[in-house]
Amino acid sequence: MVAATWPGVDPAWSRTIRVRSTSKVDAPGAMRRWHLLDNGAELTRRGLTPIGTLLCVHGNPTWSYLWRTLLSAGADTAHPWRVVAVDQLDMGYSERTGTFRRLADRINDLGDLTDALGLEGPVVTVGHDWGGVISTGWALEHPQLLTGVVLTNTAVHHPADTPIPPALRLALHPAVHRWGTTTSDAFLRVTHSLANPPLPADVGRAFMAPYRGAGRRAGVGNFVADIPADTTHPSYPTLNQVAEGLRGLKVPALMLWGPKDPIFSDRYLKDLIGRLPHADVHRFEGAGHLVAEDRDIAAPVYDWLAVHGTDISGGDSRYAVANGRQMPEEPAEEDRAAFRPLWDSLTELAAGPVMGEIAVAEMATDGSVSRSLSWQQLDQRILDLVEGLREAGVGRGSRVSLMVPPGSDLTVALYACLKLGAVVVVADAGLGTKGMSRAVKGATADFLIGIDKALAAAAVLGWPGRRISVQDLPTARRRILGVETSLAALTKSGANSGAKRAEDKHVEIVDPDAPSAVLFTSGSTGPAKGVLYTHRQLAAMRDTVAATFGIGAGARLVAGFAPFALLGPALGAVSVTPAMDVTAPRTLTAKTLAEAVNAIDATVVFASPAALRNVVATRDDLSGALREALENVEMLLSAGAPVPESLLAEVQQLMPQASLHTPYGMTEALPVTDISFEEIQAAGADAAAGTVLGAGNGVCVGMPVHGTRLAIVPLAADGTASGEHRGTEAGVTGEILVSAPHVKEAYDKLWLTQRQSAGLSGWHRTGDVGHFDAVGRLWVEGRLAHVVTAPGNAVTPVGAEQCIEQLDAVRIAAIAGVGPSGTQAVVAVVETVPPVSKAGPAAPQLAGRVRRAASEAGVDVSAVLVVPAQPTDIRHNAKIDRTRLARWASRVLAGGRPGKP
Amino acid sequence: MRVLVTGASGLLGSEVARQLVRQGHDVVSFQRRSSGVEGVEDFRGSINDDAALRQAVNGVEGIIHLAAKVSITGRATEFDAVNVEGTRRLLHLARAAGVRDVVYVSSPSVAHSGAAIMGAGAEKADPRHARGDYARTKAEAELLALAANGADFRVAAVRPHIVWGPGDTQLVERVLARASHSRLPLLDSGAALIDTTYVDNAASAIVAALHRMEHVHGRAVVVSNGEPRPIGELLSGICAAGGVAPPSWSVPGGLARAAGAVVERVWTWAGREEEPPMTRFLAEQLSTAHWFDQRATRELLNWTPAVSLDEGLARLREYYGGEFRSGGRSLPVSMLHAAGQSRAERPSRRKR
Repeated sequence: MVAATWPGVDPAWSRTIRVRSTSKVDAPGAMRRWHLLDNGAELTRRGLTPIGTLLCVHGNPTWSYLWRTLLSAGADTAHPWRVVAVDQLDMGYSERTGTFRRLADRINDLGDLTDALGLEGPVVTVGHDWGGVISTGWALEHPQLLTGVVLTNTAVHHPADTPIPPALRLALHPAVHRWGTTTSDAFLRVTHSLANPPLPADVGRAFMAPYRGAGRRAGVGNFVADIPADTTHPSYPTLNQVAEGLRGLKVPALMLWGPKDPIFSDRYLKDLIGRLPHADVHRFEGAGHLVAEDRDIAAPVYDWLAVHGTDISGGDSRYAVANGRQMPEEPAEEDRAAFRPLWDSLTELAAGPVMGEIAVAEMATDGSVSRSLSWQQLDQRILDLVEGLREAGVGRGSRVSLMVPPGSDLTVALYACLKLGAVVVVADAGLGTKGMSRAVKGATADFLIGIDKALAAAAVLGWPGRRISVQDLPTARRRILGVETSLAALTKSGANSGAKRAEDKHVEIVDPDAPSAVLFTSGSTGPAKGVLYTHRQLAAMRDTVAATFGIGAGARLVAGFAPFALLGPALGAVSVTPAMDVTAPRTLTAKTLAEAVNAIDATVVFASPAALRNVVATRDDLSGALREALENVEMLLSAGAPVPESLLAEVQQLMPQASLHTPYGMTEALPVTDISFEEIQAAGADAAAGTVLGAGNGVCVGMPVHGTRLAIVPLAADGTASGEHRGTEAGVTGEILVSAPHVKEAYDKLWLTQRQSAGLSGWHRTGDVGHFDAVGRLWVEGRLAHVVTAPGNAVTPVGAEQCIEQLDAVRIAAIAGVGPSGTQAVVAVVETVPPVSKAGPAAPQLAGRVRRAASEAGVDVSAVLVVPAQPTDIRHNAKIDRTRLARWASRVLAGGRPGKP
Repeated sequence: MRVLVTGASGLLGSEVARQLVRQGHDVVSFQRRSSGVEGVEDFRGSINDDAALRQAVNGVEGIIHLAAKVSITGRATEFDAVNVEGTRRLLHLARAAGVRDVVYVSSPSVAHSGAAIMGAGAEKADPRHARGDYARTKAEAELLALAANGADFRVAAVRPHIVWGPGDTQLVERVLARASHSRLPLLDSGAALIDTTYVDNAASAIVAALHRMEHVHGRAVVVSNGEPRPIGELLSGICAAGGVAPPSWSVPGGLARAAGAVVERVWTWAGREEEPPMTRFLAEQLSTAHWFDQRATRELLNWTPAVSLDEGLARLREYYGGEFRSGGRSLPVSMLHAAGQSRAERPSRRKR
């Protein structure tokens, strides 16, 4: 044992201690030698009094080395914690006892050790893998010391009716077990290989060091053999005791998870969350089993300890931090008593004079209405499905993934789930197959309601949740897809049982502050994030849309844009879904739009910018009657991405009566601001005239919508926005903050992201950058993550891009940075008209023109590159992935082959 | 103050001397040839000649040391003699003569080994990894010079990156000569991002260093225009200024580097004296990024480049009047203030 050869470890932490064992497996009075990493002496030497102790327990086949970052961060004067990381007996550098220690022994062993150490509270346990179970077992037996638990990739329970993960099954197989775990170092190697990115060679060697030679690996084999694969296993009762004991644990809990784990997958995380519903959870997308190696866990752990302050430190408030630093000047919350459920208008209309009139309709490709439901029918369908779903086991808090295109089926399913208090998960195909799969797995739905295509994908990609089809499927198909039942069947059976208890029409009242929906960001800056809304927040979204755009009962709308397709009934508006694939905006044509408008004499049209572009492109296909139908539209709303003025001008020709609006918002808060076509033109004129302070340099998105407040945190030269906000002061560029009743509750299982986004109490950090002008209009300048840190100043992308796009030869421009932060070179990547066939540097003439255009926005461009097409997101087909462009540009400008961005 | 400029007959040295004269300093120079700069008192001699050097150093307060062996002919020992020993001798005599400040003019190649450089700062000189005798000996000399730095005898190193301007025979005329014979290829896509230094800016930075010794002594700074450009665009700009058609053919960089190495060897073996069509050094220069973090430099020197890249190219155009004539003569392969030369580039010694 040479502690000096373990990278990241201060050799002074390494110590051994002899402990009298009281475990059943040992003879009475047996002494056992333990090896620990312990920073206690270091704290004493530096005169630091620890707030408490982190008791860290590794799993199989690692050792205390796994926790080295916690040890070094523990000696920080800002948050002194003693960290005791143990090597379990027969593991690491602790004694090879020659015994077979079972789970109960190991929990007892740990107690023997902490007694010998004289550990006093407060203690927070930290566990990984089977160390999670053992540390939790210890935690349950030491309530007087325990103030918190941290769990990383572990499991305490495995349902009896499902097989254990294949990798474990293999390791336990008699033909493999001894050879794989003890005779050879295969189990160690496989475990180490799970690191993402791979472990540095010296770290890998340190993990392997205590296990060289079969004689030192008996513990590894015994650990695997002690996994209770079924209820007859000797350790099953202990495991079950720990699992059930967890439910009573009230101390703060943190779960840090690497989802790319072949063994401790998301379903075990879900199980743990079920037992510790108050836990703070962060899933590190892309990290795996060895999450402590893949990601920095020290910073989040100490941050979390500080956030929970005296709950964890046991009254020691020296180091507690506030959850936020700034309170909003006036509370943004609306009157809490005034909560009106999302379906309130729907219920009202279903019982009122218009009950027989159309509420929802779907268009067929031939221009006729293919399906419609009256208000009363819609309401009844929902009530029936509520009953049916309840019988199928859907209840309060159940997560239901909805993979049904907009239309009456989705509307009925959505409102039924909400009424039941279930949480709907809406992952749309706009995330791409990979992104969608990641999102769906992360959200760990209990049920998946899907059309055939979605169920087939679910079967192939292993999405979680019990399957429910939309229509009844043939038996063979059902079996293949693993479908249990269908919406049609559930509605029918619900109608029967509902009729029986007709008097009891009182559906349970949902808790307004319970979660109601998980929506997903488009993932233009990193993997898509799940966004959690409560019922109150969804209702607030409805009220904001109603108040801002004056849409209510009597309105008739065409829902050509997914998020709004669901709001129609909530607004009391008649809604029709055009014959298009809503997830592919370009499938909306002028004809299909006009037919939908015509079918209900629509007053309002929702359509994405990409869809509008296609509508304009296909306008010549319109017959006279359809053309007239469009001419009567009163309002058009287009959101999701900036809408160019030129496109709006063309849309205006098609809909001369309509007031065109392009609200700005994000998955976390929709809408945030609104602006009309006339206002866009006025803003453009102000920018050109230069008479209004702050007008220009960005996309003008108008004024905050009803009930919404905004503020700006100034951008520093290093590209961060970490100071205090400056309200809506004109001309100050920085990160945009939102405060509104319809802002999201949290990010789903992304505790760190949520903490960052809600770091300023009462505000949501949007991650967008922009500024206000003197009139109070907001101008968006891009994403914070896309800010280029050129020497001396931070460059936001949009202003320069707009100037460059003025050039006839340029269709779309994107600004990116290459080189080290703070001294980055600015690169303009342009898609030309006509497009080039190969990506590479722009011809000198074009480069010169682009450079001159950018300099009008005050941006010095170093290099100009051309691409055949900009890489955009799938959902909006508009958001350019500038991070990816920057990576590509960096490679090209270093002298590499251009290839594809 | 009385300032000695060594190597004042070159493109950069003469501009340094000119700027000092313009600022009203008492300027003397030391090199083999006449400096040709009005208002400068020339001392002529070899850097290895103690007596001559002592005369030039006499009564001087500050020295700007540009003299160096930059040609490609010669053995390693010659580079050592001029660049290392010459600098050692100058430092010794300067200290003895009571000189207060020395600015050693160096090259970014002293700290880099040929890989792409994107926004790096001034790393420590490293003779072991420098490419070629020029960079190696400049690196050794820079270490020597900075080691001599102290409170009474202040030394700073300034490393201008790819200096060019009207009359520059090293980059500009070489590019023009090659392009006019269609022998200037773009490597890969010609997108490697390269920063350069217009000669007036390099000179003003060096002069600024002398005035800011209080802040910069003991340190090395890289100086450039801070306007990196893709190499293709840069070469096109130079060609346009000289009225020569820009490079139009492209060769994959890796292939060119490999071929360059072979050509160098064959060329050397055959004892040919003219410039080989492609060398590994040239291939590296044209296909990998070279640009630097200028923030510390500008702050330490309290200096910004006065002549932009575009302005520099305009002056170049004016100088050539759109008509460059190389006269068919071959120009030496030596981008001296660039990223170094490979050992294999030394021509054959056979002709001795």
